[in-house]
Amino acid sequence: MGVSGSRGHCYTWRVMTEYEPVIGLEVHAQIRTRSKMFCGCPADYHDAPPNSHVCPVCLALPGSLPVINREAVRAVIMTGLALRATIAEHTKFDRKNYTYPDLMKGYQISQYDLPICTGGYLEFDLDGQTKRVGITRVHLEEDVAKLFHRIDPATGEPYSLVDVNRSGVPLMEMVGEPDIRSAEEARQYLMKYRAILQFLGVSEGNMEEGNFRCDANVSIRPKGSREYGTKVEVKNMNSFRAVYRALQFELERQARLLDGGKRVAQETRGWVEERGETVSMRSKEHAHDYRYFPEPDLPPLHISRAWVSEIAERTPELPDEKRARYVTHYGLSAYDAAMLTLAPATARFFEGVLEAGGDGRAAAIAKPAANWIITEFGRLLNDTRTQIEESNVKPAHLAELIGLIEQNVIGTAQAKTAFEEMFRSGKTAKAVVDELGLRQITDSGALADSVRQAIAQYPQAVDDFRKGKDAASKFLVGQVMKLTKGKANPTVVAQVVKEQLEALR
Amino acid sequence: MAAPTSDLHYLTVREMADALRARRMSSYELTQAHLLRIERLDPSLGAYLAVTAERALAQARAADERIANGTAGPLTGIPMQLKDNLSTGGVRTTCASRILENYTPAYDATVARRLADAGAVLLGKGNMDEFAMGSSTETSAYKPARNPWDTDRVPGGSSGGPAVAVAAGEAAFSLGSDTGGSIRQPAALCGVVGLKPTYGAVSRYGLIAFASSLDQIGPFTRTVEDAALVMNAIAGYDPNDSTSMPAPAPDFLLGLNDGIRGLRVGIVCEFMGDGIDPDVANATRIAIAELERLGATVRDVSLPHANAALAVYYIIAPTECSANLSRYDGVKFGMSDQDTKGLWPAMESTRRHGFGAEVKRRILLGTYALSSGYYDAYYLKAQQVRTIIRREFAEAFQQVDVLVTPTSPTVAFKLGERISDPVRMHASDVCTVPVNIAGIPGISVPCGFVHGLPVGLQILGPHLSEPTLLRVAHAYEQATGWHRMHPGI
Ligand SMILES: [Zn+2]
Repeated sequence: MGVSGSRGHCYTWRVMTEYEPVIGLEVHAQIRTRSKMFCGCPADYHDAPPNSHVCPVCLALPGSLPVINREAVRAVIMTGLALRATIAEHTKFDRKNYTYPDLMKGYQISQYDLPICTGGYLEFDLDGQTKRVGITRVHLEEDVAKLFHRIDPATGEPYSLVDVNRSGVPLMEMVGEPDIRSAEEARQYLMKYRAILQFLGVSEGNMEEGNFRCDANVSIRPKGSREYGTKVEVKNMNSFRAVYRALQFELERQARLLDGGKRVAQETRGWVEERGETVSMRSKEHAHDYRYFPEPDLPPLHISRAWVSEIAERTPELPDEKRARYVTHYGLSAYDAAMLTLAPATARFFEGVLEAGGDGRAAAIAKPAANWIITEFGRLLNDTRTQIEESNVKPAHLAELIGLIEQNVIGTAQAKTAFEEMFRSGKTAKAVVDELGLRQITDSGALADSVRQAIAQYPQAVDDFRKGKDAASKFLVGQVMKLTKGKANPTVVAQVVKEQLEALR
Repeated sequence: MAAPTSDLHYLTVREMADALRARRMSSYELTQAHLLRIERLDPSLGAYLAVTAERALAQARAADERIANGTAGPLTGIPMQLKDNLSTGGVRTTCASRILENYTPAYDATVARRLADAGAVLLGKGNMDEFAMGSSTETSAYKPARNPWDTDRVPGGSSGGPAVAVAAGEAAFSLGSDTGGSIRQPAALCGVVGLKPTYGAVSRYGLIAFASSLDQIGPFTRTVEDAALVMNAIAGYDPNDSTSMPAPAPDFLLGLNDGIRGLRVGIVCEFMGDGIDPDVANATRIAIAELERLGATVRDVSLPHANAALAVYYIIAPTECSANLSRYDGVKFGMSDQDTKGLWPAMESTRRHGFGAEVKRRILLGTYALSSGYYDAYYLKAQQVRTIIRREFAEAFQQVDVLVTPTSPTVAFKLGERISDPVRMHASDVCTVPVNIAGIPGISVPCGFVHGLPVGLQILGPHLSEPTLLRVAHAYEQATGWHRMHPGI
C-alpha cells in the first residue's frame, strides 16, 4: 500500500535505485499483566477514572520501594524465546535519570547493560521472500504517567494534568538491528512482531491506543557503500500506516538533501500526521545524559534455566507454527493460512469453528470455514468496524451454517443471506434459516407447478429446446429459481425441467 | 558528670513494661509524664520536630486496654519516638527539610506499622540532619538538636534527635537510620546504645531514602537488652522491601546473658592511631581490657582499605541520593514554588529554596560522579573498592568473632565548629562508614567519659551476627554500668 505523497513518487524510485535505506526500530509494548511492574495496582487502566490505580509505589511517595512483577519477567522471557534470543541468567535493573512531569520518581527503572534478552531475530514474508531482521535486545522497564495539556479558557494560560494510572505499567522495549531496507519492510516487520506478542498473549499491540509504540532510526547511504549515513530518530508514529508514511517521507527527505549536496543533521524528528511530514524536535547536541546506575532497591535477578524451560514448554503456538499446521493438517492454501494467522482472535475463531464442527470433521470443514471467515465474515467485520471476538457470530454458529450447506438444507445464495442476518441478530443458523424460510425446495412434486408455469410463460424456450439448443433448459431453470425466490434446489429443478421438456418433445 | 538516677524517665523499656503489666502505672500516665518532660526539656534540646500528644494519649489508652485484657506484648504502652525520615501515615514527615515542610504520608513505614501493632506509643518525630545528610543535626532546616551532656555541643547526627530523646529521657526508645554512622555516632556522643543492623535485616519500606544501598533502620535505647526487645519487634522479612532478607528473624533476647568467655576480639589498628583523639583511643583500650577480663581473647587486626571507605562512601551515597531526591520537584507533594511561572522555572525554584546547602552539595557530587565519561572513574571504581572492603571484613571475621573500634574519633564537638568545614565534618564518620559499605551490623555501647562527655565503643560482626553483638555489648554494659549514667538536666 504505497501511500506516499504525490510529490514523493519519483523519489521513491530514486531512493530505491540509488540509495540504500538503513532502518532500525525500537518498539515499546505494554505487557498485559494483572498488576503493574513494581506494585500491586491493576495494570489495566482502560476506562479507569484518572488517578484511581495508584499507590505509594507508583506515585513515588517518599520511602516507597519497588517489587519486581515476575509475570512481566516471564512475558519478556517468552518473547525472547519466540525471537530465538539468549535469555540472560543474571540480569538487573538500572535507574535511568531524567526529569519530566510524567516521570514520578525522577528516574525510570529500566535495564541498561544486562537486558533479559540479547540477540535473536524475527522473520517475515514480503513479495514471496522470507526476510530476517536481527534483534539486538529485549528489556523490561516501566511506563510513565499520562499528561493532558489544556488551556485555561478564562486566562488563555496553558496547563497540564497528570494521570498516574499508566505510571508503572510494565513496558517491554525491543531494539532491532538496522537490517530493514524499506518502509514497507518496516511495516511488515512491525506487524509480525505485533502478531507474535498477540499470539503469546503478552501485549494487546494496539498502536492507536498507545500500548504498542515504535521509534525508528533512519539513514540512507549510496548503494554499495559500507558506511552508515547520519542517523535520524523518528518518533510519534501512531499507526502502522503512519510508520510507513513517516519512513517513506524521511527516506525521501534525506535523499533530497544528499542529492542537493547537503548533509543530513543528526536529530530527532517527529511525524506530524496532518501535515504528512517529519519535523525537527531536538538536535543530538542536547541529548540527555541518563546517568544510568544499578537500581539499589532491587537485588540482581537470577533467571534459572529450569524457569526458562518451564516457560518454553508453556509458550502458546506462534503464528508461523499455526500457519504451517493449517497447511499440512487442513490442506489450506498458504494464503488462507496466512490470513487466518494475522491475529490471534481470527485463528481462535477458526479453530473454534473446527471444534464446534464435531469430532473428525475438522479437515472436512476447514476449507469452507476459512472461506467464510476470510471473505464474507471479513467483509462484514470490516464494513461495521467490528472486532471478530466481539461479533454476534460465534464459532458454533458458523459451524452450524456450514453443516446446513453440506446437507443441502440451504443453497449458497441463501447461506449468504442467512449469514448476514446471523451477523446482524446473533441468532443461530437454524433459527435464521427457519425464520426467513430459506430452506431449499428439493421435492420434485412441489417444483413441478413452477416448472409448468415457466414453460407456459416462455413457449419460445420449448421451441428452442426442440431445435436442440441446450441453453434453453438452463434458461428455464433460471426462471424457476426466480419464481421460487432462489429456494429451489437447482439440481432438482434441472431434473424436473428436463422431464417436462422431454415429455413435450 | 551526673550521678546515676532512678528517675521514671530513665527506666529501661523492660522496667517500664514490667511496671505496666504489674499495674504500678498506666501507659497513659507514663505517656503523659513523657509529654510533660518533652514540654519542659525540648525547647532547649531540640530532639523533636513534631510532638503528637493527642495521638500518643489515644494510643496509650488503647495500650492500657490491651494490658488489661492480657493481649499486651513487651512494647505495649511504651512511649517512643521515630526519626522524621520514617513515614508515619497521617503524621507530618519532613526529613528536617523545607521541601517536605507540609508533607503528610499516606502510609506507614513497615517499622512504624510493626511498632504500632506491638502497641508502642508514638510521642513524635525525631530531629535530624536534613535528609539524614550530616553528622551533627545542624543541617536540620528547622533547628539544631543539642547534646544533653553539654548543650553547647552537638549530639552527633544524622539521628541527633533520637539520640537526644533517649539520652534525656524524652522517649523510652527511638528509631533512627544509619547510612554512614547516623545511629552509632550520635548514640556514642549522647551516651546511649545504638544498633545498626545488617543491611536487609530491617525493612526500609517507608524510610525516606538517602542512599538506598547503605541505609538501614535501627534502635536507640538506654540498655542493650532494650535494643534486643525493639529488634524483636521491627526485624524480619518484608515483601515490600526487595532488599530485606527472606530469612526469619531470630529472638534477639536469646543468649543475651551467655557471657563472652572464649570470644575472639579483634582491634582494628587503623582506627586506634592517627585521626583518633588520644583520650578516646584510651577509653577504647580500657574497654577492651574489660572485655579481656570478661574472658575474651584480644588481638590486632588490620583492614588496610578501611580508610578508603570514606572516599567510597562519598561517591556511592551522593550518587544514590542524586536519584532518590529527584522526585522532590514541587509537582506532586511537599513544598512547591507556585509564585514562579512555568513548569521548569517553578521546579528549579522549588529545589533551590527547598533544599539546604549540604543536600545540594551531595546531589551535585552524585550527579557529577554519574555523568557521561565519569562513571568508570568514580562509581565503578567505588563499587570495586567496596568489594575489597567487604572481602577484608569477611577475612577478618575468619580470625575473630567481633571487631572493636571507637565509634567516633572524638567526643561531641561544639555547635558551629565544623558546619562550615564539610571535610572535617565528614571525618566524624571514619570509623562507622566502612560498616555500611560492607553491609555488616555494628553496635555502639557507652564506654566511659572524656572531659565529662560520653564515649562509645563500636562492636562489629559479620552479616546477621546481631545476637553476638548484643551479647558482647550486654556483657560489657552489665560489667561496667555506664548505662546507669544520665545527664544532669
Ligand atoms: Zn501502584
